[in-house]
Amino acid sequence: MTTLVPLGAFIALSAALFFIGMAGVLVRRNAVVILMCVELMLNAANLALVAFSRRLGLIDERGSVFVVFVFVIAAAEVAVGLAIVLALYRNRPTVDVDEVREMKG
Amino acid sequence: MLPAEASRVADAIDLVWLIAILPLAAAVVNGVLGRRWLGKWTGGVATVALGISAALGVAVLFETIGLGHEAKRIVTLYEWIGVGDFHVPVAALVDPLSATMVTVVTVVSFLIHVYSNGYMAHDRGVHRFFTWLPLFVFFMLVLVLADNYVLMFVGWEGVGLCSYLLIGFWFERPEPYVAAKKAFVMNRIGDWGFTIGMILTFFTFGSVRFGEVFPKVAEVHGVDPTMLTVIALAFFLGATGKSAQLPLYSWLPDAMEGPTPVSALIHAATMVTAGVYLVARSTALFAAAGPALLVVAIVGAATAVFAATIAIVQFDIKRVMAYSTVSQLGYMFLALGVGAPIAAIFHLATHAFFKALLFLGSGSVIHATEEQDMRRMGGLRRKLPITYWTMLLAGGALAAIPPLAGFWSKDEIVGAAFTNGYPILSGIGVLTGLLTAFYVTRALYMTFHGEPRDHHLYEHAHESPAVMTIPLLLLAAGSVLAGVVLGFPPEGGFVHRFLEPAVAVEGAAQHAEPELVAILGLAATSVAAGLIGIVLGLAMYGRRRPDPAAVSRAAGPVYTLLRNKYYVDELYDHRFVELMRAAFGAAWAFDIHIIDGIVNRLGWVAGLVGGGIRRAQTGVVGNYALSIAAGLVLLIAVYGGYAMGVLRR
Repeated sequence: MTTLVPLGAFIALSAALFFIGMAGVLVRRNAVVILMCVELMLNAANLALVAFSRRLGLIDERGSVFVVFVFVIAAAEVAVGLAIVLALYRNRPTVDVDEVREMKG
Repeated sequence: MLPAEASRVADAIDLVWLIAILPLAAAVVNGVLGRRWLGKWTGGVATVALGISAALGVAVLFETIGLGHEAKRIVTLYEWIGVGDFHVPVAALVDPLSATMVTVVTVVSFLIHVYSNGYMAHDRGVHRFFTWLPLFVFFMLVLVLADNYVLMFVGWEGVGLCSYLLIGFWFERPEPYVAAKKAFVMNRIGDWGFTIGMILTFFTFGSVRFGEVFPKVAEVHGVDPTMLTVIALAFFLGATGKSAQLPLYSWLPDAMEGPTPVSALIHAATMVTAGVYLVARSTALFAAAGPALLVVAIVGAATAVFAATIAIVQFDIKRVMAYSTVSQLGYMFLALGVGAPIAAIFHLATHAFFKALLFLGSGSVIHATEEQDMRRMGGLRRKLPITYWTMLLAGGALAAIPPLAGFWSKDEIVGAAFTNGYPILSGIGVLTGLLTAFYVTRALYMTFHGEPRDHHLYEHAHESPAVMTIPLLLLAAGSVLAGVVLGFPPEGGFVHRFLEPAVAVEGAAQHAEPELVAILGLAATSVAAGLIGIVLGLAMYGRRRPDPAAVSRAAGPVYTLLRNKYYVDELYDHRFVELMRAAFGAAWAFDIHIIDGIVNRLGWVAGLVGGGIRRAQTGVVGNYALSIAAGLVLLIAVYGGYAMGVLRR
């Protein structure tokens, strides 16, 4: 019989993943890496949702349904994001976001 | 609709709109196809359309005569405006007054269109000419047929527009377009009066339709006579603009820059009589409006004598005729003012014929000689016999020589002024008659008699083609016969019996039947005045006794004053125009500095704030991400603060 992993552990892991992802988004300059970090943040949120859903499973499983939505959104986001990165790369041979500052006011 | 009316056979009056639509159709066809394809055939298109119109116009006149005293029909096409109590139908009011006007307008227009085919044949812009001229006729017919003030105003503005376009027809030269602009601006002043009158009419009577307004005049009169006076004077201001009366007359002599058929049609026979028609149509209103009628009479008499004195010293043949027109229109307003609208309309009709003829005759002379200055003419009667004889008849009619047309109508005006209790105005009428006879004699003598003063010009002069002389002959027939056919016997002629129901005012005191002796005495006086004028003219210009040059030297400053047309143009230019410029300059400055100033300041503040804030937009993705993260941390901190009880609601 397996031991029940406490909810706090899941949440802690989720929070850790989220902040690692956020740090990546803020610190890294490579657009592809930033997208990967965003993906990490989304999955951190997924983990939290699944954990809560499991905990409340007998009453409600809507948390798991939300995860599916997040997958879909994430897939769309990556598609658009990568398309932008690709277009950017075609116009100028760089994916460094700090070098792209045409929108400066 | 009543059954009896439903079963009634359609007659010419039901087709009355066709009279107006045909010239419009001609204008549209010529406007669209004229330049590329029709070319000089535009004249034919317009003339045929006008010919049918004129035939229908005459048919409508006869049918109206046949209806007798019940002659008043309204032919409604559709409702144009219907908002709340404000109803404006597109409807024609056919009664003796409008039927007379329609006939005069269509017949004279038709003859002038025929004439124009010859006169404008060699002009490059002939298609333009035959687009605007029928369009003018259309608007003129809308004006006279309308059964309400708003629709009348449409025609009123339309004829003003066409007048502008046709005065400025030869826009390559500077004078015509300056004259066109002057005419337009002066008419705007009058139109402003018309608009005010129209608005006040609606506020006072709750309607703009003649058939609803006039019956209510009596009951409103008891309540607010001042308002009636204001309305009448506002309409009269409109009439002074359109009909070239003091103080808005000075555009008409300048309008002679347009082609001569235009001068004949618009600035002598039809458009300038619109003001007379307006006042005659509103007789019920003016009769109840206290001092308004007296104002009309005085302005008319003053204009008549004022313009006649200018006409005696002009050398441009068309200018003489132009001032003569202003003067004759003054007679018509005099008649309206002394309570004789029938005499006014009668004079309008006869004047349309003989003045159109005088203009077309002048046009024939100009066409033959390419010259408008009478000092270079002389002796032309041998070269232009038809023009000479027809113009002589028209001149006789203008000088009120019996039995020509002008005698009957002018005599009625002078007689009406006398019998209705205005002996001074009547005297001014007789005096103006003397001046009229003098200047018309002078003009005809200088043009046609004596020795040729410019031999080159004389040698090259030639009689105009038949297409131009036939209208002259027809108009001459009108000038001879119109008066005696319509106006005999005086005060009881056909024109009186016909027009009486149209201008009769409910409850107005019928003026006393004039005695035969008075009629004959007045007629004899005005004929004597006319003959004195003619004899004086012949003596001065035929015998040189007294010599005109000596007379003008002796008259000295008076002559200079007349020669410079009383300096009215200079007065307007220097006083009013400068005053207006100052006022508009102030308005312009207010607009630039206050209105635009506020808007620009607001924009400047927004620009300043934006300039500060835009620094936040670094364009670096990392910075945006950081601000999102910071916002997230802030939200969590606040939420956490509440959750842990550190913050309180």
